[in-house]
Amino acid sequence: MIDKERLIWIYKTMLRIRKFEERALSLFESDKLRGSVHLYIGEEAIAATVCSLLRDTDYITSTHRGHGHCIAKGGDLKKAMAELMGKETGFCKGRGGSMHIVDMSKGNLGANAIVGGGIPIAVGGALAASIKKTDQVTVSFFGDGASNQGTFHEGINLAAIWKLPIIFVCENNEFGISVPVKQSTSVKDISVRSKSYDIPGHTVNGNDVFEINKVMEEAIARAKKGEGPTLIECKTYRWFGHWIGDPQLYRTKDEVEAWKEKCPIKTLKKYFLDEKELSKNELDEIEKVIDKEADDAVEFAINSPEPDPSTVMENVFTDIVNF
Amino acid sequence: MSIKTYSQAIKDVIAEEMRKDDAVFIMGEDIAEAGGIFTCTKGLLKEFGSERVRNTPISEAGFVGAGVGAASCGLRPIVELMYMDFAYLAMDQILNQAAKIRYMFGGNVKIPMVIRGQQGIGRGNAGQHSQSVESLFMHIPGVKVVMPSSPSEAAGLLRTAIRDDNPVMFFEHKALYATKGEVPDDPEYSIPFGKANIIREGKDATVICSHLYVQKALNEAEKLAKKNIDIEIIDPRTLIPFDKTTIIKSVKKTGRAIIVHEAHKIAGWGAEIAATIMEEAFEYLDAPVLRLGAKHCTLPFNLGLENAVVPQQEDISKAVKKTLYIS
Repeated sequence: MIDKERLIWIYKTMLRIRKFEERALSLFESDKLRGSVHLYIGEEAIAATVCSLLRDTDYITSTHRGHGHCIAKGGDLKKAMAELMGKETGFCKGRGGSMHIVDMSKGNLGANAIVGGGIPIAVGGALAASIKKTDQVTVSFFGDGASNQGTFHEGINLAAIWKLPIIFVCENNEFGISVPVKQSTSVKDISVRSKSYDIPGHTVNGNDVFEINKVMEEAIARAKKGEGPTLIECKTYRWFGHWIGDPQLYRTKDEVEAWKEKCPIKTLKKYFLDEKELSKNELDEIEKVIDKEADDAVEFAINSPEPDPSTVMENVFTDIVNF
Repeated sequence: MSIKTYSQAIKDVIAEEMRKDDAVFIMGEDIAEAGGIFTCTKGLLKEFGSERVRNTPISEAGFVGAGVGAASCGLRPIVELMYMDFAYLAMDQILNQAAKIRYMFGGNVKIPMVIRGQQGIGRGNAGQHSQSVESLFMHIPGVKVVMPSSPSEAAGLLRTAIRDDNPVMFFEHKALYATKGEVPDDPEYSIPFGKANIIREGKDATVICSHLYVQKALNEAEKLAKKNIDIEIIDPRTLIPFDKTTIIKSVKKTGRAIIVHEAHKIAGWGAEIAATIMEEAFEYLDAPVLRLGAKHCTLPFNLGLENAVVPQQEDISKAVKKTLYIS
């Protein structure tokens, strides 16, 4: 069950991710931003819905395609854009970039550029909560590709034997770079892998906030009762390539266009109008505010200073600076 | 002072630190009821319970990674690897995650975590259970590398490791577990990282060594002393950070340096030290810096063959004499 306030939050969050990434793409195309940038556009319903159920004290781990998770977990757009541009004011002072955003104040334990690398770390977050006996839950976001890594299987098994408060959220966007899931993965639905670990598994439409919400609510309740983890597979699709610049020879334009028709933002907007929850004017106003927020983030990032090369040795360790 | 074995010294420090700090916990294979196959966690389960003394499945990447996550979230995990050779299974979690997280994340996260376990020869455990692997971990910035060579060293360095806010690779040696020595009773006894131990002072040549070779070098020093050759023996204790100052100072005094380790000679840590000596004390050298390390060969099962791979005690004297141009 999603009340109106939360549903509007989800909508705004999806829009915030979309507007942020549209600007990142345009900056990239005008050579103002570089690096391996993996867009989440089309998949926003997952991060927004999952994080609408989390508090700042709850943990997530994220992926190379992590802007959406960061923003949905409450990450500041300015710091995120500045990090994408490698600026000192970014989340990681320009040391991490798009694939390594962290935001401990919001419980974001960090994005990870190693596919499946964040899964055991998320298990550790849940282990910390379990040992400290807090009621924190952890969500590990990862893609379909990660479900073929050993860390996925080791991590879920550990969480299952220790009954840790964690939800494994697999964002199945149909491709691992260029390889379709059916070529790389032995199962049609990744959620069936939950059976190996005797935990609940669900496959849902990853573009449908209501479907995602339903299984997430169950999973969180189970985690908080000390009953252990849940595996949720959200079937979705990325509108853009694996990274900006991907020639995308592995799929047709028609296929991409068909998925754009399933846009989670458009769907929810229609729902608001059909159900008369929000008027067109109210929706326009929301969009205007978020457009401004995204524009401000770009301006902030562009005007932010570059890191000082004399600080390059900082933070290898907490103590030793020079060797 | 109490007389303790190397393994007792390790167990006692773990227990003392767990008593002092609720954030410290330990996990690994067979460490709970069984107390670890080398008894380094014997009795901990009974005192601290199964929340803080955890048997793990045989999933090195999984439980090392869980340690990284728990450390990110405010705990201070000690993760035992049954054999340091098994670190290879967790290499991404150690070297791509634990080592890099703090840096990549702009200093916003710390990883106070000890990964400890034993390595080396002595039991004929063959190719995948006998290697000395510490050099591998020096090459990737972000992990500290510690090599205790006696019970008191193990106690003092492990306490520092547990209290350190960074990932620490703590390399024990399987052939040292049963060795006995005096260990200070002070529950705060610790040895700072990056401070080499001058085991024996001497003027003719500097022998830099760790683990089993500390005792072997001492044995050779006695023999050499009878021939009026007076060697200085230095145990670096920690390879990252590394006490360059003490070693350079010693080499400037003796004019000769020999580095001895059980790790493979090729690209072993002796090469790093030799190069550093060349860069910083070249004009003081009276002979080329020599390295003794394991042959570039997988550790064999047969005990005679295993022993043949690593430097022999008498090789130390031979090398010292070579630097002194004595045949």
